[in-house]
Amino acid sequence: MRVVLAEDLYLLREGLIRLLEAHGFEIAAAVETGPELQRALVELRPDVAVVDVRLPPTFTDEGLQAALAARRAVPGLPVLVLSQHVEQLYARELLADGSGGVGYLLKDRVFNAGQFTDAVRRVAAGGTAMDPDVIAKLLRSNARDEPLAALTPREREVLELMAEGRSNTAVAGRLFISEGAVSKHTTSIFAKLGLAASDDDNRRVLAVLAYLNRT
Amino acid sequence: MPHLRSGAEGSAIGSALAETDAMRGHGRERRRLHDHERLDRRLRRSRRWQALNLGVRIFRRSLDTVMPLAVAIAATTLTFCMGLVFLAPPALRLTQCMARRERRALAEEFGIEVPEAYRPEVTVETLPDGRFRYGRRIKRSMPGQWELDFHRFTTDPAIWRDLRWLSSALVLGVLAALPAAMVAYGLIGQFVPLIAWWVHHLGGGDSAAYTWFLAAPNGELAWPAHLLLGAMLFSGTSLAPAFTQIYGRWSANLLTPPQNARLQQRVRRLTETRADALDTQAAELRRIERDLHDGVQARLVAMGLNLGAVEQLMEHDPEAAKALLAQSREASATALRELRGLVRGIHPPVLAERGLADAVKALALDSPLTVEVTEDLPGRAEPPVESAVYFAVSELLTNVARHASADRVWIDVHHTGGALRVQVTDEGRGGADASKGSGLRGIERRLATFDGVLALSSPQGGPTMVTLELPCVLSSPRTSTSYGKA
Repeated sequence: MRVVLAEDLYLLREGLIRLLEAHGFEIAAAVETGPELQRALVELRPDVAVVDVRLPPTFTDEGLQAALAARRAVPGLPVLVLSQHVEQLYARELLADGSGGVGYLLKDRVFNAGQFTDAVRRVAAGGTAMDPDVIAKLLRSNARDEPLAALTPREREVLELMAEGRSNTAVAGRLFISEGAVSKHTTSIFAKLGLAASDDDNRRVLAVLAYLNRT
Repeated sequence: MPHLRSGAEGSAIGSALAETDAMRGHGRERRRLHDHERLDRRLRRSRRWQALNLGVRIFRRSLDTVMPLAVAIAATTLTFCMGLVFLAPPALRLTQCMARRERRALAEEFGIEVPEAYRPEVTVETLPDGRFRYGRRIKRSMPGQWELDFHRFTTDPAIWRDLRWLSSALVLGVLAALPAAMVAYGLIGQFVPLIAWWVHHLGGGDSAAYTWFLAAPNGELAWPAHLLLGAMLFSGTSLAPAFTQIYGRWSANLLTPPQNARLQQRVRRLTETRADALDTQAAELRRIERDLHDGVQARLVAMGLNLGAVEQLMEHDPEAAKALLAQSREASATALRELRGLVRGIHPPVLAERGLADAVKALALDSPLTVEVTEDLPGRAEPPVESAVYFAVSELLTNVARHASADRVWIDVHHTGGALRVQVTDEGRGGADASKGSGLRGIERRLATFDGVLALSSPQGGPTMVTLELPCVLSSPRTSTSYGKA
């Protein structure tokens, strides 16, 4: 699987390259600046891009802008955005096109190599990987939403894990319950929120994110 | 100099009309031009009548200044010649009141904003040797209130300046009413024969008063006299606008405080806001230092200890070493989380990356309330201004969530006339009071560093509207991101 990596801090860039290569990824390019990233994404068409939000030359949101622009040029281009902090505003911008293949994680999620590479693979496959912090913020800004308030605590846990982009199998593994139980909860959640149920993991996640993103 | 706002609206409307006329076809041009002339004439006429009316009003107001002037002259004379020191302060206070009233009237009638620059209340300072100091005087005993008042009123050049205005107010008032007097004179004069006939008819005698109006003692009025009185009537009406304008300007000039009084006021204000800014800054640095010391620093020490222990345990107890490593990873994640919170409090990432408008949008998203944001910022303000406004809005939103019992909030951010203006409106229960220790005073103080102001409107029952306004220049929007069309 070919990866384009954009990270301006040398140590972190080398660390990420080592980590990804150790887990069987091929680094197509490792770049430092926004314009370089832009070029690499459009020319190399990697299977997935791992991008830091803040990049030279402006040290503002160069990385995010480049990623959004590349996704406009190449719809559905899988991009996993890493940052020192997560912002609802950026998450909503990434999710706005509703086509999946996006991720937005805090940089320290890299510490857990297994979960991180899992997230990269998920995004590459057209799924999503949202940081638990992002989901918590999205849920908090939907605090007044009545259908959401009607969920049971267990259903809420399932919803949170699902919104992070996990499949039913993964949710079951995390909550130590059977896959059947998860799918029962999922059906109930979708009924309460008035969403059309789907067998496809990715489509289910996108429906939930679209629901949370609507206000 | 006072700031003049009044303009020639009539001619502006006229030229606008003329412009649109020029764009239309030739067919209707003449009629339109005719219409435009008529409108122009009507506007001019109504302005003249307004000016006459205003002149009379100004004259009546100037009569009110006679008593205070007499009082002020008498009181200051008695004070400085006979030592009746308790007389001057109240008399000068009255002068100040009259000047304030006139400033308000000038703003209302002419749109001229005349600044004020009085000295603040005198404060008494206790010296280390137990004596007291106020102004440049040092006294053994605590000075009484009248002493302080005396000092304040008699040493403030702005108040003496007011007295100068007061002494010429009546003359100026007469000047403003002169056109109206001319009109009245001209008008009554025209009817002198009629009045004479009427008086005669009722059995009154001839009166020498008729000669006041150029009439013969029996009330006969020759035609040149008619003509002269008519000219008076006409020139009275046409001079009225100019005379009232002259009045406005002179009054404003006399009421404008002396240059150095205004500079003193500015210096006082800058000293205050600078001290506030330094206090806030220092408090902020102390908070950051404490947070780093108790949080990240302590955690890094713990991690170092753990890693040392891991080194020892690696050989003979790999399991325990592994557990310690997991613990260290957890500690590093916590330290990062704390640092993130700290950074957000110092300079929020979205503000750094996107500027004020998007940062306010991010605030709106993170707020538990339903917040609608409208913005019109063609560029970015200076970073310190952006930061001050951001934290002010953040605090206002927290206030709304905590006190207003409102669900919806509207925020409007825009830049007009060299000022950044932010309006935060909620549909809550209102009744907010800046003096009751809500954070509003603090916000106001922090904005004052940038010459910014805060206005609060919060009637009982709501809605509450807080407006922040800071003079600032926007830089052009950044040009480095050019991904738009990629």
